[in-house]
Amino acid sequence: MTFLNLFRRRGSAPVARERLQILLSYERATRGQSDLLALLREEILAAITKHITVERENVQVRMDRGASVSTLAIDVEIPNSAGLLVAAGS
Amino acid sequence: MAKVLVVTSGKGGVGKTTSTAALGAALAQAGQKVAVVDFDVGLRNLDLVMGAERRVVFDLINVVQGVAKLQQALIRDKRLETLWLLPASQTRDKDALTEQGVADVIRELRGKFDWVICDSPAGIERGATLAMRFADAAVIVTNPEVSSVRDSDRIIGLLDSKTEKAEKGQRIEKHVLITRYDAQRAARGEMLTIEDVLEILSTPLLGIIPESEEVLRASNIGSPVTLSNAASSPARAYIDAARRLKGDDVPMTIPSDRKGLLDKLFGRRAA
Repeated sequence: MTFLNLFRRRGSAPVARERLQILLSYERATRGQSDLLALLREEILAAITKHITVERENVQVRMDRGASVSTLAIDVEIPNSAGLLVAAGS
Repeated sequence: MAKVLVVTSGKGGVGKTTSTAALGAALAQAGQKVAVVDFDVGLRNLDLVMGAERRVVFDLINVVQGVAKLQQALIRDKRLETLWLLPASQTRDKDALTEQGVADVIRELRGKFDWVICDSPAGIERGATLAMRFADAAVIVTNPEVSSVRDSDRIIGLLDSKTEKAEKGQRIEKHVLITRYDAQRAARGEMLTIEDVLEILSTPLLGIIPESEEVLRASNIGSPVTLSNAASSPARAYIDAARRLKGDDVPMTIPSDRKGLLDKLFGRRAA
């Protein structure tokens, strides 16, 4: 994956940071400490899976926490055949 | 009024015992009356790190079970008059600790000392939860490394739910102490930075202890690093952290060892 190579050139710490942020927001949510970003991620993914079957590895989630603004980016690979399934189902 | 502090981390090997000894000694060096208490029942090591391993007669379990009085189990440090150690038992297992027994010992220690510093065992089991149970404040020792940060996050969750303070609806004071930090590697993007760790854990910083060979040297000779070489970078970092614990406003720096001409000429073996 090319974007991983990009990180590697800048050192591995940004990868560590990103992995931790994603993991911990999930773990905090499962411990009952509500976390808005994690909640949104789960609900958005649930909404997507209502319509199509997505493999977990085809979903890239990125979260960035800032002092005033945080961002959540969800990248979902949707196979072209998925559209046909929805069309056939409706 | 005494303050009960737990030094905890979740993950093992990040520097809880080293930090307990160094912070305890630094507070005692500043004139405070300090008891350091080893909660790692079955795997005690605070006695060894503090150089008191041959002076242990009674231990925490003996006191909890009423076999010995607190005064009989407390060991006074040979270098610092106001520093005392309550060792853990090496032969018993952690089930010998009861919550009521620990509560009684902590209450008695509160009456005798300014600071009671509890060295937690690794993990999240009974020993670790009892070590934090009656704490007013926590020092979460974290290495700038993914597994340590993850475990620290877990421990922060426990501090906010399983301590007596948390159950009463009060806030336990929490501080992150980053150990084994290498500023150069962080600058090169090879190690999580201080900002990364603090942002992920959303907990205030107590201090930054740089990676240093002095820490191993101190444990080799059985001395808190603030006593074995007070001028070394980790010692200065621990002394600053102890001052912050006391409420002093100390600017946050990452001490470094600049080798002087004499050090370069004679190497670093002279102690």
